[in-house]
Amino acid sequence: MSKKKLFDPNPSGFIEHDHNNDGIDRRGFLKCMAWAGTGALCVIQGGVLKSYALGSQMGSGMKSHKRGEFSFVQISDSHMGFNKPANPDVIATLKAAVDKINALPEQPEFLLHTGDISHLSKPEEFDNVDQILKATNKEILFVPGEHDVLNDEGAMFRERYAKNSKGQGWYSFDKNGVHFVGLVNVMNLKAGGLGTLGPEQLEWLEGDVKHLKHSTPIVVFAHIPLWTVYPQWGWGTDDSAQALSYLKKFGSVTVLNGHIHQTMQKVEGNVTFHTAFSTAFPQPAPGAAEGPGPMKVPAEQLRSVLGITDVNYVQRRHALALVDSSLG
Amino acid sequence: MRRKLFFRSLAAALPFALAAVLIMHPTRARSEDAKSAPTEVRVDNFTFGPDTLTVPVNSTVTWTNKDDVPHVIASNDGVFKSKALDTDDKYSYTFSKAGTYSYYCSIHPKMVGKIVVQ
Repeated sequence: MSKKKLFDPNPSGFIEHDHNNDGIDRRGFLKCMAWAGTGALCVIQGGVLKSYALGSQMGSGMKSHKRGEFSFVQISDSHMGFNKPANPDVIATLKAAVDKINALPEQPEFLLHTGDISHLSKPEEFDNVDQILKATNKEILFVPGEHDVLNDEGAMFRERYAKNSKGQGWYSFDKNGVHFVGLVNVMNLKAGGLGTLGPEQLEWLEGDVKHLKHSTPIVVFAHIPLWTVYPQWGWGTDDSAQALSYLKKFGSVTVLNGHIHQTMQKVEGNVTFHTAFSTAFPQPAPGAAEGPGPMKVPAEQLRSVLGITDVNYVQRRHALALVDSSLG
Repeated sequence: MRRKLFFRSLAAALPFALAAVLIMHPTRARSEDAKSAPTEVRVDNFTFGPDTLTVPVNSTVTWTNKDDVPHVIASNDGVFKSKALDTDDKYSYTFSKAGTYSYYCSIHPKMVGKIVVQ
């Protein structure tokens, strides 16, 4: 695997060029992204991006649970049933992710799984994941990936994971003052296109957030990225701009996705987009290979490119902190 | 003496006769191929190869998935759709009517291809 140097001995120097005096500069931001791959912390507070190396400067603001604080963990792309060279043992790596979650000093209140639970939508694959994730002892909320809805338009997925959902599996809920929205963008895909939300879901979303206060922090989670990461490989959602237009009025919007099996982050106004590691196998950086298929890395490096995302919410701070941790 | 001459002329003619058979044979082979021209599409590295395949009416086209991830072969207008094809799985469809059939992978819609039936 050709990889740029991920480790930077000077993690505090992220913001090198702050032309707009808003605490964001492109080069510094990219550096932060690189750090995310090895376990870094990017905090967006009132539009200001702050970054810390995991374990070093994670001081005061992030330490212990105070009133109005809570955290949850995002996991993604378990691909149970996958057994090719890129990872012949996805059970072991999912178990390692569970160990990682159980070892977090601040226990998350619940987990979000952003899809591709299974590799081939088989009941025994879902069973295996359920069995392994049970060891976290946490409530888990799911949205489907395209691998979870293969032969039945998602009927089995909804029966198992989204019984009270609307339409093809979308839903929302509130937790500690944060409004969470789970969206489905892996069905009814059009030839030549990207992920799709569809008019019915968009209409529902508009109604779902209409009456919320502008100060309500919003977390949107879906499988395929809701911003255009790399359309040549289908890494984006055709009608995501429409969805985001309903969220413009909110001061803090965090969008969590999977699908691309690597961490990536982008900030646009009050919206932070983030993609999570897979727990199964890595995929190449956009355009870095001929296609987006599973990427084989040396066995001893595999766990450094798989992982989980810990999300921390601090009330009245206008911030959700995202921490990506690799499995090894 | 006469006999000798006969054999000599036979020996001289034989290569021509053989050559004639050899020339004719490929012709016959070609006409057989026309009935079952190449009808294989290889699904590899998130592409269809060839992306456009031209076949005669009543051809059966077979797609084989060579990727490490599943794909679903689906015609744009719903004429045919496979189940999810895991690695090395195959899907076949027989085209009984002439026309151009655009298709894609319904879970990776950036993958598109065409079967031209004539």
